[in-house]
Amino acid sequence: MNALKAWIQRYQLASLVLLAVLLAVVLPLTLDIFRLNLVGKYLTYAFVAIGLVMVWGYGGVLSLGQGVFFGLGGYAMAMFLKLEASDPISTKIQSTPGIPDFMDWNQITELPAFWLPFKSLPLSLAAVIVVPTLLAWLVSFAMFKRRVGGVYFAIITQAVALILTVLIIGQQGYTGGVNGMTDLKTVLGWDTRTDSAKYILYYLCVALLIGAIVLCRFIQTSKLGTLLLAMRDKEDRVRFSGYDVANFKIFTFCLAAALSGIGGALFSLQVGFMSPSFVGIVPSIEMVIYAAVGGRMSLVGAVYGTLLVNAGKTYFSESFPDLWLFLMAGLFIGVTMAFPMGLAGVWEEHIVPWWKSRRQALKEAAVPAPAASAAVAAPAASAAADPLAPTLPDGVSSQSV
Amino acid sequence: MSNTDFALAVEDLTVSFDGFKAIDALTLYVDKNELRVIIGPNGAGKTTLLDLICGKTRATAGSIKFKNEELTQMAEHKRVRLGIGRKFQTPSIYENLSVFQNLEVSFPSGRSVFGALAFKCTDAVRERVQAVADDIGLGDKLDTEAGLLSHGQKQWLEIGMLLMQEPELLMLDEPIAGMSARERELTAELLQRICQNRAVIVIEHDMEFVKRIAHKVTVMHQGKILAEGSMDKVQADPKVIDVYLGH
Repeated sequence: MNALKAWIQRYQLASLVLLAVLLAVVLPLTLDIFRLNLVGKYLTYAFVAIGLVMVWGYGGVLSLGQGVFFGLGGYAMAMFLKLEASDPISTKIQSTPGIPDFMDWNQITELPAFWLPFKSLPLSLAAVIVVPTLLAWLVSFAMFKRRVGGVYFAIITQAVALILTVLIIGQQGYTGGVNGMTDLKTVLGWDTRTDSAKYILYYLCVALLIGAIVLCRFIQTSKLGTLLLAMRDKEDRVRFSGYDVANFKIFTFCLAAALSGIGGALFSLQVGFMSPSFVGIVPSIEMVIYAAVGGRMSLVGAVYGTLLVNAGKTYFSESFPDLWLFLMAGLFIGVTMAFPMGLAGVWEEHIVPWWKSRRQALKEAAVPAPAASAAVAAPAASAAADPLAPTLPDGVSSQSV
Repeated sequence: MSNTDFALAVEDLTVSFDGFKAIDALTLYVDKNELRVIIGPNGAGKTTLLDLICGKTRATAGSIKFKNEELTQMAEHKRVRLGIGRKFQTPSIYENLSVFQNLEVSFPSGRSVFGALAFKCTDAVRERVQAVADDIGLGDKLDTEAGLLSHGQKQWLEIGMLLMQEPELLMLDEPIAGMSARERELTAELLQRICQNRAVIVIEHDMEFVKRIAHKVTVMHQGKILAEGSMDKVQADPKVIDVYLGH
């Protein structure tokens, strides 16, 4: 127990424990299964958001194409589910039974070769991680080895998002086109649409998300995390200290892609469909907004950001469907202008010091002391908040919520 | 003497930017254990020369040999791993990290992606960081955020980061720029200490400082070497007086 406590303190995971309690206990107890399933859906975007914390917050590389990797992971899972849903018996009215319905509509009479691996669950699960990682490696290797970065990299990721969307929509017979893959029902005969299955999938999603955060936290506290921060500040200094800078960026980008892929797969499982509307430019930018609102230096903050923005989106788009996009844009601009470190930054820089100084002041008031000392204590208390994060620099301490 | 005996052998090195030759068929040899100072007017190509040696700029023609290995086509990080360290003109340190972390990151192990993931800050690393920090006068500032250091301390920190790598060739671009008289004094002592067992190239303008530290001085002008030799010899050279030192 004590070892666990020490471990939590070492990696500053107190905030993560709080998040885990909220997701695994509070929300399931207070929300009905419909809403909980909705939260589960939002949490799949959180995988993308924490990937962005690594790539953008830590690595300093803004990617506006994370939807691509989310989509690839999602499609890999959806292809498996679709094949299972298209068994010869339930598709016997098709002219070619046993292939997905959209193939039949597009006069395809045989399952294309690239679909074959997706008959196997292990291969599909491997593809969920391998396919996004491989594409991320190709893109980032080509870019970072040539020292393309910043805005140019962001534009290229946008282009990749656009290309993939066009490809998916254009190849309707192979991909389901603009409708995507619908009617996903079972995993190895297990019905994913029942309430109990939804609970299980929700908890699977929470567990994987917590695992992903712990993994990212480990990377942040390793030398690699320090190097990423160093590169963001003085790339040349890192290069001329004997490091191949590009490799570190490639690794981080691939990591974010793999996480996004897992998120996408969980989306397909929980929501029961996958479509190009989660791949393109707009969803990719929305995912950046989640990370920005939550705080791009804070893994836990990014999860809260994702939940809040999506909750807002659901609420506002039900109430003011026409205004939603403007509200979203306003939110993004407002947050980045006023709170560049997002919610986590607000918490760390304003709420925590305020709370500490208040507690300090109350303590001072309790003992008979000169009245002036309460005022003096305030700045001292806010300074005392810092040693919480001896190993982590600016804005990162926001993890110690 | 064959060029294998030199720490660094630069021969016929040329770099041209759109036809302008910033370095023009330059030949320069630096001995092991030598502290060489390069002086010259602005635009003489001093910094460009260091850029070429460390790989920041690619040579148009000519050869750079370090420990008898050709460098011109080698990637920057590989040159560093061979033993070349370079300090930039403006202090180039990681402002958001602590002094300790700045030095720790410069420790030459765990340089690959997975090496960095597995890297552990062992006692040996800590001792080395402490030793270097003491050497550069920042022994009691290990936990300070590097951005909060004074300008002179930042310069020292960057030198310390290079010392962590134990380079065999150390190149310092204006190490005392912006330093107080006392800090210059300390830096001169530091340089004299650290040029043991390694070659050091320093670019500097301050003649008093140069006189104190230099074993040998090279004067550059318009991408070429104007004069080379001891400080006294160079100072007496009429060409040098003409273009650089003034009458």
